[in-house]
Amino acid sequence: MATLRLTRVTPYTALLPMALVAALGYLGAGLWTFYISLTGSRTFPSGHFIGLAQYHRLFDNERWMLSLHNLAVYGVLFVLACLVIGFLLAVVIDQNAMWKMRGEGVFRTIFLYPYAMSFVATGLVWQWLLTPGDGIDGGLRALGFHDLRFDWIVSQDFAIHTVVIATVWQMSGLVMALMLAGLRGVDPEIWKAARLDGIPAWRVYAQIILPMLWPTIATVLLLLATAVAKLYDAVVAMTQGGPGIASEVPAKFIMDHLFLRSNVGLASAGAIVLLVPVLALLAPYAYARSRKEAA
Amino acid sequence: MKMESIVPPLPATTPVAAPRKAVRRARRRWTPARIGLYVFLLGAALFFLLPLYVMIVTSLKSMDEIRQGGIFALPHAPTLAPWRLAWSGVCTGAACDGVRTGFWNSVAITVPSTILTILLGAVNGYALSFWRPRGANLLFGILLAGAFVPVQVMIYPLVRVMALAGIFGSLPAIVLVHLVFGMPVMTLLFRNYYCNVPHELFQAARIDGGGFWRIFLQVMLPMSLPVVVVAAIMQVTGVWNDYILGLVFAGRDNMPMMVQLNNVINTTTGVRQYNVNMAATILTALVPLALYFVSGRWFVRGIAAGAVKG
Repeated sequence: MATLRLTRVTPYTALLPMALVAALGYLGAGLWTFYISLTGSRTFPSGHFIGLAQYHRLFDNERWMLSLHNLAVYGVLFVLACLVIGFLLAVVIDQNAMWKMRGEGVFRTIFLYPYAMSFVATGLVWQWLLTPGDGIDGGLRALGFHDLRFDWIVSQDFAIHTVVIATVWQMSGLVMALMLAGLRGVDPEIWKAARLDGIPAWRVYAQIILPMLWPTIATVLLLLATAVAKLYDAVVAMTQGGPGIASEVPAKFIMDHLFLRSNVGLASAGAIVLLVPVLALLAPYAYARSRKEAA
Repeated sequence: MKMESIVPPLPATTPVAAPRKAVRRARRRWTPARIGLYVFLLGAALFFLLPLYVMIVTSLKSMDEIRQGGIFALPHAPTLAPWRLAWSGVCTGAACDGVRTGFWNSVAITVPSTILTILLGAVNGYALSFWRPRGANLLFGILLAGAFVPVQVMIYPLVRVMALAGIFGSLPAIVLVHLVFGMPVMTLLFRNYYCNVPHELFQAARIDGGGFWRIFLQVMLPMSLPVVVVAAIMQVTGVWNDYILGLVFAGRDNMPMMVQLNNVINTTTGVRQYNVNMAATILTALVPLALYFVSGRWFVRGIAAGAVKG
């Protein structure tokens, strides 16, 4: 009897750490941040309730609005570039295999190794590569391209684009690996049928295989979108938000206001705003999965 | 919330067998389209390798040579001096001991963070797959959703709690935080692995009188080696490459290598020593890169699931 009761209880006790992490570490901490965002907290949290005033302040804040603008520019370019490059690389490797050519392992290794590097290391390497004068543009001038100037990293308008270049280099290999897994799941009969009908390979990819890859693309989109919302390390390492505040992003705005500018209330409001698009993306994904599970 | 299919089937190691006749015909023909494809493949490979090449050659040059020779040139007189300086002499804030202090701090953080998170992830996955306690799936749903949320949403309350507990800025604090943020993916990984274990095996062990821990320790854990290896690769890479958590929670005495590296390069004043900077960057990236090049196939396996972490 005693042992029977024990075996019923043990799974619950074993899951206690997970329950604590989920309930306190994620849910509780998130709700606390939401509560702080409704108060006038400066250096320390205060109970002074001021409703949505922090959100009003946030959207009047020039730096925050610029951060959102930068994140939108970054997000569109980063997601598109990763998807296109990742898909093309997967297709090329897939074709290479169909022609029974060697080198697949080598190419996969080359395209994926940046993913093993941190965003900080990635940002620092690209900072050096893009340094005007000593970096790539100087190297190309030395090779004879005398009129070439590439100074995006110190430019007000293009600094955020250099972060796109660096992070696409880091993440598109991952997209390639996921897309390749999707391509390998395609029924070989489809290729046979397409060949019999004389359909060129690019049309098979564009019109038959791409629509079939929809679940993989949805997963990749979710991963890339969350990476966009989390963008912080690469900016800190590469441009520190500069020149001036030209490449500020929301995650950095929040960190600066939490730990350097002692404005916890405003930072928490920013964190909650950053959470909205993530949940908006996650909800339909989770819904589709649960529908599929139920069917 | 069901998100297990976020882990897609692993990339096949053997190429798909294409129709043979078509292949033989294709092999002889070098059409313009095919040449274009290979130009793209080689061009992409060059783009991906360029930063690694520049990093290595820059770290082997003297500053004079960097200014004169251009970024792509091979070193005329290779020198290891930048590497020595980066490892044991470069200034990070007040002290000038190089990145070696950060290296050992990162080791001290990574080892317990990896072992503890894997153990808890394994127990979670085992309980979720076989025992299925009521309400557990809801908790798991919250946990997984949390993996997608930027840490900025949770970070300040965690700082307050750590400060109240008196451990803020200590080794236990940073390990605990890595445990919290590593748990979703580790749990997912083990849950998916155990879901593919035949349920009859578990039933048989139950009939033989095995309890929760006995079945876990004597039946499940011994057959979990493959997933433990994948989990260890992912967790070591994730913890080693972390910047934001180390910056906030580790404190001055436990500052991990990634935070130190950023300080070396971005907070020093005066002339930038690109050669020392690149040597320090390689030294910092060496652990996950070595793990990747040695464990290739296993790394790729983990990547699909680990991508959740972002």
